[in-house]
Amino acid sequence: MGIFTKFLSKIKGASSLSNSDWEELYSELLESDIGPTLSRQLIDEARKSKSDSPEEGLHQILLAHLSTQSREIRRAESGPTTILVVGVNGTGKTTSVAKLAAYLQGQKSNVVLAAADTFRAAAVDQLRTWGDRLGIEVISGKDNGDPASVAFDSAQVALGQKADFLIIDTAGRLHNKNDLMAELGKVKRVVEKVLPINEVLLVIDATTGHNGISQARIFTESIGVTGIILTKLDGSARGGVALAIEAELGIPIKWVGTGESEGDFAPFDRESYLRGLTQM
Amino acid sequence: MFESLTTRISGAFSSLRGRGKLSASDIESTCADIRLALLEADVAQSVVENFVTLIQEKSLAALPEMQSGTNQANAIFEIVNKELIEILGGAARRVRFAKNPPTVIMLAGLQGAGKTTLAGKLAKFYADQGNTPLLIASDLARPNAVTQLQVVGESIGVPVFAPEVGSGVGDPVKVARDGIAFAKSKQYNMVIVDTAGRLGIDEELMKQARDIRDAVQPDEILFVVDAMIGQDAVRTSQAFLDGVGFDGVVLTKLDGDARGGAALSIASLTKRPIMFASTGEKLADFDIFYPDRMASQILGMGDVATLAEQAKKAFNTDSAERLEKKFESGEDFTLEDFLEQLEAMSKMGSMSKMLSMLPGAGAMKKQIDNFDESELVRTKSIVQSMTPIERRDPKVLNGARRARIALGSGRKVSDVNSLVERFSAAQKMMKQVRNGGMPQGLGGMGMPAMPKAAPKNVPQKKKSKSGNPAKRALEEGQ
Repeated sequence: MGIFTKFLSKIKGASSLSNSDWEELYSELLESDIGPTLSRQLIDEARKSKSDSPEEGLHQILLAHLSTQSREIRRAESGPTTILVVGVNGTGKTTSVAKLAAYLQGQKSNVVLAAADTFRAAAVDQLRTWGDRLGIEVISGKDNGDPASVAFDSAQVALGQKADFLIIDTAGRLHNKNDLMAELGKVKRVVEKVLPINEVLLVIDATTGHNGISQARIFTESIGVTGIILTKLDGSARGGVALAIEAELGIPIKWVGTGESEGDFAPFDRESYLRGLTQM
Repeated sequence: MFESLTTRISGAFSSLRGRGKLSASDIESTCADIRLALLEADVAQSVVENFVTLIQEKSLAALPEMQSGTNQANAIFEIVNKELIEILGGAARRVRFAKNPPTVIMLAGLQGAGKTTLAGKLAKFYADQGNTPLLIASDLARPNAVTQLQVVGESIGVPVFAPEVGSGVGDPVKVARDGIAFAKSKQYNMVIVDTAGRLGIDEELMKQARDIRDAVQPDEILFVVDAMIGQDAVRTSQAFLDGVGFDGVVLTKLDGDARGGAALSIASLTKRPIMFASTGEKLADFDIFYPDRMASQILGMGDVATLAEQAKKAFNTDSAERLEKKFESGEDFTLEDFLEQLEAMSKMGSMSKMLSMLPGAGAMKKQIDNFDESELVRTKSIVQSMTPIERRDPKVLNGARRARIALGSGRKVSDVNSLVERFSAAQKMMKQVRNGGMPQGLGGMGMPAMPKAAPKNVPQKKKSKSGNPAKRALEEGQ
């Protein structure tokens, strides 16, 4: 049962909800990984809201905390639009890269993929398998080679082929590992000798808790994240940490992943995301 | 924005100092702080509620005793810490070996939890102890998961049973069943079955997991879970418990900066012990789970044990031994040693991360967050601009030499002066430490006088100075 349905009978105005009702709402927000501090703030704001119903009030407040930045892909003015995909281990970067490629391909764009995850065993093969399935060229180097060199090569290929998009898959790295973050900086610098990077997409797993904010902050500090891909939203997790990231850092969620097939991927839709959050 | 429990509790009590005894309402407000801190650490709500109620009861019961103590805040803190360890490690145990080999271990978990990597780590862990594990590649869903396991197996010299190429092709149940038969025929004494990641709510895949389970009759099913997981830990662990069942938990990616409250939620809700912890990208980064360390991490109390281990990894053993001998024989710690330490430290990763592992770091959270990492580089550059003689004996540093060093390192003379001053102060302190004895075991790290993780010291540590000259110099340099 949705959180609000049980209040429907009482809903006449925000003031008609009892304290324990509000606490229940607070707990519902917490449950979605929005975090205790922000959840409390949202509830406080909703209580003050002058909307006709608490439901509407909370909805408006959640909306107001979403990033105001554009959720469109930042396209290159000329030449291939270059997208770097980053994130901690196991969030679904490689799968997201493939899905994004399939999506763009569906829009009749010509895509080149770069397998710059040279660290994880068989990550290159994983992307190649996707490339074969989708009929998309995957540029790769040697296992344990330098990811920056693969990225550099791929940028040259994309430029030479006049591709519309270049998507660079990178190895998962925990944001608190300085050397690995520095490596990412190098990948970016080297690619930018050939092509400017238009998007740095951070992949966040919807099951992540409070740590997602730390991930977003540190990746942003070191490489300038321009958008979020929120993955695994098809599970029982609601991905509230993404809202916390938007509220705190202003980085927009651009894409949402909801399964293992290439079609399980869509541009972020705030209405359905918010519905999922509060189970309205 | 993120305050540790230590900060919260000491904050709550600082206002009480000099105002007399703790009251029941003080305990209540402290418990509210504990609640918030645990929620921020991603502990599940229901677990937090039960836990806080328990703490409140115990604290109230201990109130008369506490009121006579000198450090009342710590008394509560100790209760919290003890209870955390209790929940996390109450039923800790090792893998049960089968009477008739092979011992079968099956892995299950969400996508991206780190099962395949873990399979390799587990195999290495047991192979190193003289077992003969076989890995079975039953993740046929994720593209090239089979290849990944093969690469991992090859790198640790453990054979992989992989008759199917995977990437969506083949029957994982059959592979698992055949793998067990193969292991028996070849007399492997242990089998580790890697399975595909699946969502708790995916009934079809849960059924497949049950089928694999029934086919291999595992001695242990290990639920593999990412330490960064949030509130969903409750639903997911319950779904796996109901869907396939598990006997133990493995926490992965514990080398991140997550507080890992999920560990508490899962241990508390499923009553299954956390058996292993995975702490890095390399296949050797794997260990038995230590409840006390996890408790420290959740509480933001610092984790000196882990810090010591990381330090051991980063510090070259030869130089550490040399330093230790030097230290014991009463020789002076020189700027050369200092430089060596600085270099080892930069290998260990971010300074703020390391500082945050020290007990009492919670109280310095803000300073740590604002820690200027390049300070380390700047300090290093000053030492590097010195001649060997100067490094060994800073007393020779006259004005001309200092001016030269400043020029060489691109710093001001005043920076050089302050480094030298701080260094000699640290040197003096080390002599004191040496005379007063030092904790055994930490000397090997070449980082003398590291405070031990005693919760008792937590609030006082705020003002204390590190015995590590590098850290001390940096702290003071802020």
